[in-house]
Amino acid sequence: MREHTKFYQTGTFTVGNRLLDEGHRSLQSDADRTNSLSCGHRACQGCGEALGARYAIDAAMRATNGQLLIANATGCLEVFSTPYPQSSWQVPWLHSLFANASSVGAGISAALKSKGKNNVRVIAQGGDGATVDIGFGCLSGMFERNDDVLYICYDNEAYMNTGVQRSGSTPPRATTATTQAVGPKPGNPFGTGKNLPRLAMAHGIPYVATASVADLHDLEAKVTKAMEFRGARYLHVHVPCPLGWGSDPAKTILMARLAVESGLFPLFEAEYGRVTTRRKLRKRVPVDEYLKQQKRFAHLFGAKGDEEAIAAIQRIADDNIEHYRLDETAELAANVLRI
Amino acid sequence: MYEIRFHGRGGQGVVTAAELLSIAAFHEGKHAQAFPSFGSERMGAPVAAFCRIDDKEIRSREPIATPDALIIQDSSLTRQPDLLTGLKSTKIVLVNTRLTLDELRAEQLKLKVGKQRILCIPATEIAVELLKRNVPNVIMLAAFCAITEIVQLASLEQAVKEKFPAKIADLNIQAARRAQQLVQTQVAALKSELEVSHV
Amino acid sequence: MFKQIEGSMAVAESVALCRPEVISCYPITPQTHIVEGLSAMVKSGKLQPCEYMTVESEFAALSALIGASAAGARTYTATSSQGLLYMAEALWNASGLGLPIVMTDGNRAIGGPINIWNDHSDTMSMRDCGWIQLHAATNQEAVDLHIQAYRLAEELSIPVMVCVDGFILTHAYERVSIPSQAEVDDFLPKYEPTQLLDPADPVSIGAMVGPDAYMEVRYLLHHKHLQALDVLPRLAQEFSDHFDRHTGGLVTPYRCEGAETIVVALGSLNGTIEEAVDDLRDAGEKIGSVKITSFRPFPLKALRTVLRGAKRIVVMEKYLAPGLGGILASNIRMALRGMNRPVDTVVCGLGGRPIPKKSVIEVLKKAHDDKLEEPHFLDMNWPAIERELKRQKTTRRSGPAAERMMYELLMATYAGEEELHGTD
Repeated sequence: MREHTKFYQTGTFTVGNRLLDEGHRSLQSDADRTNSLSCGHRACQGCGEALGARYAIDAAMRATNGQLLIANATGCLEVFSTPYPQSSWQVPWLHSLFANASSVGAGISAALKSKGKNNVRVIAQGGDGATVDIGFGCLSGMFERNDDVLYICYDNEAYMNTGVQRSGSTPPRATTATTQAVGPKPGNPFGTGKNLPRLAMAHGIPYVATASVADLHDLEAKVTKAMEFRGARYLHVHVPCPLGWGSDPAKTILMARLAVESGLFPLFEAEYGRVTTRRKLRKRVPVDEYLKQQKRFAHLFGAKGDEEAIAAIQRIADDNIEHYRLDETAELAANVLRI
Repeated sequence: MYEIRFHGRGGQGVVTAAELLSIAAFHEGKHAQAFPSFGSERMGAPVAAFCRIDDKEIRSREPIATPDALIIQDSSLTRQPDLLTGLKSTKIVLVNTRLTLDELRAEQLKLKVGKQRILCIPATEIAVELLKRNVPNVIMLAAFCAITEIVQLASLEQAVKEKFPAKIADLNIQAARRAQQLVQTQVAALKSELEVSHV
Repeated sequence: MFKQIEGSMAVAESVALCRPEVISCYPITPQTHIVEGLSAMVKSGKLQPCEYMTVESEFAALSALIGASAAGARTYTATSSQGLLYMAEALWNASGLGLPIVMTDGNRAIGGPINIWNDHSDTMSMRDCGWIQLHAATNQEAVDLHIQAYRLAEELSIPVMVCVDGFILTHAYERVSIPSQAEVDDFLPKYEPTQLLDPADPVSIGAMVGPDAYMEVRYLLHHKHLQALDVLPRLAQEFSDHFDRHTGGLVTPYRCEGAETIVVALGSLNGTIEEAVDDLRDAGEKIGSVKITSFRPFPLKALRTVLRGAKRIVVMEKYLAPGLGGILASNIRMALRGMNRPVDTVVCGLGGRPIPKKSVIEVLKKAHDDKLEEPHFLDMNWPAIERELKRQKTTRRSGPAAERMMYELLMATYAGEEELHGTD
């Protein structure tokens, strides 16, 4: 099902990657693409999740020849995409509850299997709240059963739709409505939180990957790759939220890129618990560069700043770089990196 | 309606005994209901099970309070309060023991039911000999059927064949026939005492 | 074909005959034998095509079926007690979305304190979740109601739960007639969804609905329940034509002609009640009983009709609404609005306490003599309660109430045993 979309000219030829040859262009450069998440949805200006979802689902629609069903958890994406009485989804879409997108997806997959409809595929998706916290039990069950579902988590690092409360994905020292920048230890405490991609890998499922709206080609490629596998697959996409992070809505992609280039959000792929590829850092960026452009970290800077905290965050980035060998120019030897 | 209450310990096949009896009755065209006194599953814990047999539909669902027959698969339970209740109309009691009735320490039971209505069956010994396992349920059932004729032994054998895999069924049927032989001598004497009512 | 089998297995066979395409399972006493039976049938190939999912919680069990049903599959699961509550959110979601899922609930009490035995707390606590709730009084009814449930669910696009008394029915061996596959296929056609996740015709299911439309959408669910009040008797008649026995409908009276007192109950308790009615009728009492099969929708009109001749109604229910009393009785009083009939509430059988015929007869005698307090608790151990309340007044740190009560009863048993045995 294709829709002709209108490109708004920005005054250059860069719209739709038209400076690239056709083979390298993003799917989004095609004015007659599926447009699974059509315009008119109510996302905020500069919403990383809307951007990521559109790229991801269109890529999945192409990979499956349009034979795709979606289970969506409660959250920003669900709310802004289906404001009654409208829906911006142009693909079959089901929203059930907050915690159960993975189970619902598993059930859809079972139904398709029982009916012999092997070419129709399933994506379950939700935010970090739905995935990392309340939906974790169900997700783990889906992984353990190896249900044929691709689960995509759009991680904006807090419960955004309900007003920016802390989730199991909120980074250390970030201000949220329930981890305020007050008292002796302002913001989210160190030593808490879950790393969902690594937990997914620990289940030994066929394919796990991290992606970011900083590199939309990479996101499309990973979704496409994921759809080549059968069984449980997990994609964790970093999506800045200008409102919740206190960042400039025009700089969403820049924020995402800084997260990647500082090492705080490593990009990698894994199969059956072993890392297969990772994005090496061309130019490392110190974490300050990333943190100082977000109001949720403002209390770490200035006169009452906390250099120790920034140093500790830097150590997290350094650990990631070391763990995933992000600054090595050489290719990884096979099976060198596990969880 | 004829009501049988089974007592034993988890692992002795008490529940299965009630079920087998109900299946046997079913094969004779009767209505039968069998259910356990329900509890968490645990080996060795006291267990009771119930079986009702009637010519018409059985509507009652309560546990059997005043059994016509009592089948005790473990003699260590003969002094249990749960076992000793409601025995005023009990016509026959079978106890799994190698002891004689006089040797058996079950004074309250003997008092309530009357010594002439209690039969001791060495079911464990027969089971260990023929089945190589202490599962006395079919043996006790066979003795019960032989004495009361509530259900024919052939029906019981049919039920056993249905419920158990072939080899085990055959061994159990052997043991059942041994039990039948054992009580045969006592049946005549008992029958007049028991005034058994046939359903 | 007649079989002498366990209630759970009878339900499993009945469900299998309905050709479910996706079954999800999470075990909980006393439903386990049902899902075990079905898993063997699927694995052996006897029930195919069918996907059997062993999920990690009841919440996942129902969630998976929500997805499967929306994708066009006929679905099934079973649960009880804590499991039903664990899927509470999903219960409301399924009915709100209009998905024709069928589920067995093996009625069991809800903790705390934990209790695995039968009463109606679980399904009663979910009486407003929007599902149709049917109660089986025998294992034959359990078999038959599941078949009718699929017809009802798919005709109205609403989920249906069939309530089967845990242990009392699920674990009882009795004679049941299991229909043939051909007979069931003839009664239950293939599932045709009213809404479907279909790449050829995309729809969005489950969008948010605001204040401007929620009331209307909600009414539509209520409307389905009202339609069910007509569909259920029609289905029962059709079932009777096909299978030559009466099961289902809304309410079934027993010896109510000329009855001055009518006893009303849900589920297997009706068996014991009918025996009590027979005894009392033999003794010259003008008494009858009514079995309610459909608890939701609640058959207000049908009950009004069948109870209008009685001078007194005694409701025996396996449920206690803390702070209020009886719910079934309250619902029945609603049915009798404007009619000046005393309705007595008898709370009985909580947590699996047996209900002997003797006690039923005694309580009916008390009702006849206007001697029942409201609500009346059948066979309650009042001395134990009084002792415990007295003890609690003496000390702040009185300990966990449940354990203390068990201790009280244990001590009482030992005291009794000494009287029983004397010097053995």
